[in-house]
Amino acid sequence: MKKSYIIYAVMALVLSFSPFFLNPYWVDVLNNIGLYAVLALSLNFILGHAGMFHMGHAAFFAVGAYVTAILNTMYHVPIIWLMPLSGIVAAVFAAIVARPIIHLRGDYLLIVTIGIVEIVRIALVNNIFGVTGGSNGIFGIGRPEIFGLVIRRPHQFFYYIWIFLAVTVFLFRMLEDSRFGRALNYIKEDELAAEGSGIDTVHYKLIAFVLGAFWAGMVGNIYASKMMIISPESFTFWESVLYFSIVILGGSGSIPGVILGAFLIVGLPEVFREFSSARMLIFGAAMVIMMIFRPSGILPPLPRTYKLDRVRKGGSQA
Amino acid sequence: MSLLSVSNLTKSFGGLMAVNDVSFGLEQGTVMGLIGPNGAGKTTVFNLITGNYRPDAGEIMFDEQSLVAQSPHRIVSIGVARTFQTIRLFPNMEVIENVLAGCHCRMHSGIFAAMFRLPGQRREEQASLRIALQELEFVGLTDQATNKAKNLSYGNQRLLEIARALASQPKLIILDEPAGGMNAQETADLVRLIKEIRARGITVLLIEHDMSLVMRICEQIIVLEHGALIVQGSPEEVQKNPRVIEAYLGVDED
Repeated sequence: MKKSYIIYAVMALVLSFSPFFLNPYWVDVLNNIGLYAVLALSLNFILGHAGMFHMGHAAFFAVGAYVTAILNTMYHVPIIWLMPLSGIVAAVFAAIVARPIIHLRGDYLLIVTIGIVEIVRIALVNNIFGVTGGSNGIFGIGRPEIFGLVIRRPHQFFYYIWIFLAVTVFLFRMLEDSRFGRALNYIKEDELAAEGSGIDTVHYKLIAFVLGAFWAGMVGNIYASKMMIISPESFTFWESVLYFSIVILGGSGSIPGVILGAFLIVGLPEVFREFSSARMLIFGAAMVIMMIFRPSGILPPLPRTYKLDRVRKGGSQA
Repeated sequence: MSLLSVSNLTKSFGGLMAVNDVSFGLEQGTVMGLIGPNGAGKTTVFNLITGNYRPDAGEIMFDEQSLVAQSPHRIVSIGVARTFQTIRLFPNMEVIENVLAGCHCRMHSGIFAAMFRLPGQRREEQASLRIALQELEFVGLTDQATNKAKNLSYGNQRLLEIARALASQPKLIILDEPAGGMNAQETADLVRLIKEIRARGITVLLIEHDMSLVMRICEQIIVLEHGALIVQGSPEEVQKNPRVIEAYLGVDED
C-alpha cells in the first residue's frame, strides 16, 4: 500500500473523532472548511481540470441556497428533499448562463463570470420576483432531518458535511479518472487539438459547468439549513475569489490539494485571529510567494496511472 | 464512387482568394499528395475538409455525407482524422493519454457510468487502452507510453500525433507535413509507416514539401498554385507537366 494512502487514512481517522475533543467553535470552523472544500472541489472541474477561469461560482451556490430557503420557508418542503432539487436548479441556471459564454477564453471568461455573480447578488438584493427578501435575506430556514434525526448541533453538522465531502471526493475521484476527466484535461492543454482529435469541446466545457453548479447548488442547500438565515452578503464576488484561491493555492486538478487549500484559506485565518488586521497582507504575500515557487499549487495532481501491463498480458479479459 | 470528393471548393480571407474553385476526388485505399508552393492554399484545403474553416462555396462529400458545416469533432467521428502542421499534442499528459484522446470519439460511457464504475465503463476503458497501446506499438512508441508527451523528440512527437489520429479508427487520415523536421532516417521510417497505414485499408491524404517522399509513396498527386488546382495525376504525369514546372521553377522570360 502506498505511503500517501496511509497518511490520508490517519488524517481521516483523526478528523472523524475530532468533534469529541474540540469545542463547538472549532467544530464549526471544520464545518466551514468542509463546505468550502466541496465548493472548491466542484469548481475544480471547471478551473482545475478544464482550465476555464470561472470566478462566478458563488452564483450557483446562491441559487442552490435560495431555492432551498424559498421552498422550505414558503411551502415547508423538507430540507433533505430540496438538496437534489437545489442542485438541479443551479445546474439548469448554469447551463443557461454558461452556454452563450462558453467559447470565451482566459481573462474574457473571467470578467463575464464576475459579471454573473454580481448580477445574481444584485438581483437578490432587489428582491427579484418578490421572493428573495431583498438585502435582509430569508430567515427561519428549517434543519435537515434524516430518518427522524434532526441535525442542528455543530458536531451533527460536522458528520453531515464531512460525509457529504467524503462521498463527493469518492465520486469525483472516479470521474477524474475517466473519459470525462481526460476530455477536460485535453481541453485545458490544447483546445484546438482536442477538437481535432474528436472531442466535443463545447459540450464538455458546458458539462463541467453544469456538474460544478449541481454540486455548488447542493452545498447551498446544506449552507442554508446550517445558517438558518441567508442573505445576499454571503454570495459576493469575494466568495468566488476564495474558492478560486483555494483551487489555485492547493493545486489545480488535485483533490488532496484542494482540500488542503480549504484548510489553509478558511482555517488559517481562524487560527491567527489575533492578527486579523494583518491577515490580508500575509495572505497576499503568501499567494505571491506560492506563484513564484510552486505555480502548480502546494499539492499538484499526480499523473493518472494505467495498468498497461495488465492490458498487454490480459488479452481478452477485462 | 470516391471516398472523398471535393467540388468547387472556394474560400477567401478578406481580399485573398485562399482556395479557388478546387475540385478533386480521392479513391478508397490510395495515398494522395497535395503539393504546391508556400501560400498555395494547401493547409486551407485541409482545414476546410476537417471543419476548422467553413467554405464560402463548394461541397465536400465523404462516404456519402457532406462535411460542410460539420464541427471538427463530428468530422473525426465520421472517419476523418488529422495531424497538425505545427505539432499539437497535449504536452503535459502522458503519451498513452494522448493516444486515448483519439479513442474518445469511439467511446460512449457518460458521467454517471464513470462515477459508479459501471461494468460497461470498465470494459470500455480496458478496450480503449488496448487500442491505444496497439497504435503506440504500430508507430513504435510503446516504450514511451508513460512518458510525458513534451519529453519526446520532435520526430517521435510527429509519430505520436499519427498514433492519436489512428486511434480514432479513421477511414481517411490527413497528414499535414508529416516529415517536417525529420532527419533522413526518420523520413525513411515514416515512408514505411504510411505504407503500413495504407495496407490497413486507411486512405491517406498528405501535404509534404519533401518531394522525394511524395514521389515515393503517393499514387495520386494534386498541385495547387495561388489557391487553384492546376494538375491532378500520377507522380510521373505531375513531374512532366509544364505548368507544375513553371509553378515551382518559374517561367523563362524569353
